[in-house]
Amino acid sequence: MRTADTYSSHAVAPRARNFYLIPYLLWMLLFVAAPIILIVYDSLFDVDGKFTFANYGHFFTPVYMKMTFSSFWYAFLITAFSLLVSYPAAYLLTRTKHKQLWLLLIILPSWINLLLKTYAFIGLFGTYGAANAILETIGIGKQQILFTDFSFIFVSVYIFIPFMILPIFNAIEELNPSLIDASRDLGASPWTTFRRVIFPLTINGVKSGCQAVFIPALSLFMITRLIAGNRVITLGTAIEQHFLVTQDWGMGATIAVFLIIAMAIIMILTGNRTRGRR
Amino acid sequence: MKRSLKWSNIYLWLVFIILYAPILYLSYYSFNSGGSMHGFEGFTLEWYKEVFADTRLLIILLNTLVIALFASVISTILGVIGAIAIHHVRKRSNQSTLLSLNNVLIVSPDVIIGASFLILFTMIGIKLGFASVLISHIAFSVPIVVIMVLPRLEEMSPTLLDAARDLGATEWDVLTKVMLPFIKSGIFAGFFMALTYSLDDFAVTFFVTGNGFTTLSVEIYSRARQGVSLSINALSTLIFVFTMLLVVGYYFLNRRSRGQVSGRTGSGKEWGLANK
Repeated sequence: MRTADTYSSHAVAPRARNFYLIPYLLWMLLFVAAPIILIVYDSLFDVDGKFTFANYGHFFTPVYMKMTFSSFWYAFLITAFSLLVSYPAAYLLTRTKHKQLWLLLIILPSWINLLLKTYAFIGLFGTYGAANAILETIGIGKQQILFTDFSFIFVSVYIFIPFMILPIFNAIEELNPSLIDASRDLGASPWTTFRRVIFPLTINGVKSGCQAVFIPALSLFMITRLIAGNRVITLGTAIEQHFLVTQDWGMGATIAVFLIIAMAIIMILTGNRTRGRR
Repeated sequence: MKRSLKWSNIYLWLVFIILYAPILYLSYYSFNSGGSMHGFEGFTLEWYKEVFADTRLLIILLNTLVIALFASVISTILGVIGAIAIHHVRKRSNQSTLLSLNNVLIVSPDVIIGASFLILFTMIGIKLGFASVLISHIAFSVPIVVIMVLPRLEEMSPTLLDAARDLGATEWDVLTKVMLPFIKSGIFAGFFMALTYSLDDFAVTFFVTGNGFTTLSVEIYSRARQGVSLSINALSTLIFVFTMLLVVGYYFLNRRSRGQVSGRTGSGKEWGLANK
C-alpha cells in the first residue's frame, strides 16, 4: 500500500476509507457481479435444467441471427433520428434566455411514466386518432400507422429525445464561448465554426447521448409489444419472452450474454466516459 | 441574425409541441364523456370519479409511491457512501475501475437487469413481490446517486477538509458539517433522479414482481394491452399535474438556494451566464 505517498496532503485516514467502501462494495458484489455471473451460469442449462452448450448453438441459427441484426438496425435508426432531432434542439436551448427553465421543460415529459406516453400514442396513432385525422384533412386519407415500423421508431425516438438532449446540452454549456468568438474573429463561417469547433468539442456529449439511447433501444420490449404489435422483435423482446412466457431461462440468459457483450463493445467504441474525473 | 433566431424558435416550439402532444392528448380526452380517445362528445368528470372509486388502482398508486420513496431514500444514503468511497480511493486506476463497475447498472438494458435480478432473487430465495421490487429499485438507483454526487465531491476543495481537521473536527464532524452540506445539491439531484427512475421503471419491475404486487407501470401495461380506458387518461392527467408542480417547485427552490450560494460556489454556470 502506498500510504507513504504524500503527493496529496489531503488524503483521508485509511480507516475512514475502509468504512465507506464496505457497504458500497457489498452492493456491487451483490447487484453488479453476482447478476452477471448468474446470467452466464444460467445460459449453460437447458429448459430441463441439464448442463449444456446447446443454447449457444441455438443462438447462431438464422432465426436468432436475423433477430439480432434487425435489433441492431432498429437501434441504429432510433439513435440516428434522436441525434438528428436533439442536437439542434440542445444547441438552440443553450441560446435561449432562462435556458435552465427551458431545459427543465424538455426533461419534464421524461418524468411522466413511460407507459402513459406509450399509451397516449396508441390513441394518437390509432385508426381514429389525431394523426389520421390530420392525414385525412390534408387529403392523404387514413393510413395504418399503429403497428408499423414508422410508429415504432417514432415513439422510441420520442421517448429517447430528452436523454439525448441532456448530455449534449451539458457539453455545449461547458464549451468556452470565447472559442466560438475566436473562430468567428478568425473568419470562420458559422458552419465551419460548428464543424471544426463546436461539434468536436461537444463530441463527448454526443457519445454519451448515443450510449444512453442505443443500448436501451437494443432491448426495448414494451414498445415493440404495444406500438409495433409484435411485428418488431428485438433482443429485449426475446429475452422477456424466454424468461416470462416460455420459461426457458437458459436460452433467455444466452441472449442476455450476447447483449452484454454487445453492450461492452459499444461502450468501448464510444469511448470510456470520463465523467467524475478531471 | 434575427431571421435565424426566428427559425430556431419555430424548431424549439415544434420539439416542445411534439414532446407535450401525447400528454395533452391524454388529458384532453380524460374529460370526454364519449368513452374513447376519438370524437370528443362532451365534458365530464366521470373518469376522475372512477379513478378515485377504483381502490385497486389507488392501492397500486400507493405501492408505486411507497416503493419510489423508500428506494430513493435508501439508495441516496448508499449512493452518497459509495461516492465518498470512490472519492477516497487514491489510486487513479482503482478509482476508474470502481467507477466503471458503478456504471454497469446505468448502462445495462433494463431487460438484462430484470432478468438477472429475477435469477438472483429466485436463487437467494427472496419472494417475488414488494421486497424484490424494492431491492431491485434500490440496486439500480444507487449508481445514479453516485454519479450525481461524485462531481460535487470533486469540486470540493480538499483544503476545506484539512482546515476542519486542523481546527479539531472529528471525522464525523467533517462529514456532517463540512462535506455533506457542500455536496447537498448533488445529493438532492441524486435523490430526485432515483425517485424518477423508480417511479418510471417498468421493465425491471415487470420481471421481479410476483402475482400479488403491481406498480403503476406494470398495471398500465396490462390494461393497455386490453384496450383503451379513459380512467387511465384521468389518472395520467393527475400524475402529470402533480409532477409538474413538483418539478417546477423544485426548480424554484433550487434557484433560490443557488442564488444564495452563487457567490460562494462560483461554479462554471454562473461564470457562463455572466459572460453573456
